[in-house]
Amino acid sequence: MVVPAFTWTEFAQQIAAGIRSGAIYAGLALALVIIYRSTRVINFAQGEMATFTTFICWSLMNHGFSFWTAFPIVLAIAFVGGVAIERVLIQPVENASVLTIVIVTLGLALLLNGLMSLIWGGANRQFHGPFSTRTIDVGGVPISVQDIGIVVVSFSLVALLGLFFRYTKLGLALRAAAVNPDSSRLVGVRVGWMLALGWGIAALLGAVAGMMVAPVVFLDPNMMQTILLYAFAAAVLGGLDSPIGAVVGGILLGLTITLLERYVGFVGSTLKLPVALLLILVLLLLRPGGLFGRVAVRRV
Amino acid sequence: MSLLELNGIEARYGQVKALHGVTLRVAEGELVAVLGANGAGKTTTLRAISGTVRRSGDVLFAGTKLPRRAEATARAGIAHVPEGRGTFTELSVWDNLRLGAYTRRGGVKEDAQRVFKFFPPLGDRRDQQAGTLSGGEQQMLALGRAMMARPRLLLLDEPSLGLAPIVVKEIFEALAKMKSEDGTSVLVVEQNANLALAHASRAYVLEVGRVVVEGTSDELLANESVRKSYLGY
Repeated sequence: MVVPAFTWTEFAQQIAAGIRSGAIYAGLALALVIIYRSTRVINFAQGEMATFTTFICWSLMNHGFSFWTAFPIVLAIAFVGGVAIERVLIQPVENASVLTIVIVTLGLALLLNGLMSLIWGGANRQFHGPFSTRTIDVGGVPISVQDIGIVVVSFSLVALLGLFFRYTKLGLALRAAAVNPDSSRLVGVRVGWMLALGWGIAALLGAVAGMMVAPVVFLDPNMMQTILLYAFAAAVLGGLDSPIGAVVGGILLGLTITLLERYVGFVGSTLKLPVALLLILVLLLLRPGGLFGRVAVRRV
Repeated sequence: MSLLELNGIEARYGQVKALHGVTLRVAEGELVAVLGANGAGKTTTLRAISGTVRRSGDVLFAGTKLPRRAEATARAGIAHVPEGRGTFTELSVWDNLRLGAYTRRGGVKEDAQRVFKFFPPLGDRRDQQAGTLSGGEQQMLALGRAMMARPRLLLLDEPSLGLAPIVVKEIFEALAKMKSEDGTSVLVVEQNANLALAHASRAYVLEVGRVVVEGTSDELLANESVRKSYLGY
């Protein structure tokens, strides 16, 4: 494969594209981490939940809603849906083994995927996002408005969540319930509801990632599957336990993949996933806890 | 009237029965000690009250039946500092104190200032991760967290465990102040019977999940079998 000549302008564009993909991975990785922290389980249905809510957005827009009126409605539906899923499907198996819960989330993924095919059909659909694809000049580098919009929306949400977790009483209770459920109960935190709330927030993050990525790719029931794989990788890279790690991991992964694909001749678009995963493997061999995670040490 | 009343409470871990009918009471503003050897059921008694172990039999708190869920007990006005102190080790000292006040509204800053006055080391380490505190500081934090809840009843599990005598003294002084200034009732489990009887007005001695002796601290100090078994002279 021939790699075209290097220019700084193009390099800057690639960086921007990398951050844009990274923002999507970061959002979804953060959703995975929020659920992992409270239930010690990877939610394999996270991608399908995101796609499902994106389809709801598509339907609303087909019924005459503008994107920005549909957006808050979809967020509300995603949040309530996430809470409901936890209460109905996860809570009954809360004390079961991790494997049991994983299988429930896998089943949920299949169920949602089937439902989407049933309701909306399996065909690719064009999703008209809120941002135009024309480029504007940012310090001499042409960058698409869409890329900027995706990054701004994704990171605003992450920042808002960060403030929520850090400064509100409810955010504190969510963190406490995740790290120490027994003590949380003793100070009066309703731990069960905190878990459900975590699922709601994760579903909301997924919905935003879905609505942001849909205009870039096509909307179909399997839209998030590859992206979810990257989000897993990003979450592991950051250390599964660390929300900040998920965000940093997402951006790093977005950048790495974009730059590898563009500049490393033999990688191209076919090998970018295995090469990226290989890099993560090497990093995990050196730092088993991920970039921001801590290695669990058990005293015996 | 008693603030807390246990009548023939039983509790079990799976198949194993840990309490075989414990009856005790704590009056308003009273500090009561629970003594006994390892495995006598002291910790389980506290856990049965706060609802962190399955129990049968009713626990009356301020005249009403206490629910069996820990979060509901906390909301009813009972702060339980469990075995191992229950510190949120990954959160900051400040967040630990905020969590103590979770069931309340307002006055968090003022109450935290009060905790810092009792335990100055906590004020110095406000933003430090709680897991990095020394054992003594963590015990101060556990008590501080309980104070933040302004409980009517404090359940305290082995506050002196593994601590230097000087720290133990500070902890019990703070406890005495909570009792006198806030009117908090205290039910304290202690391995160190001399220490407990010096501060408590009454005490219960547990053996294999039953109360075998009860009385005022003076009575227990004078009781020969208690003296031989638990006081060591």
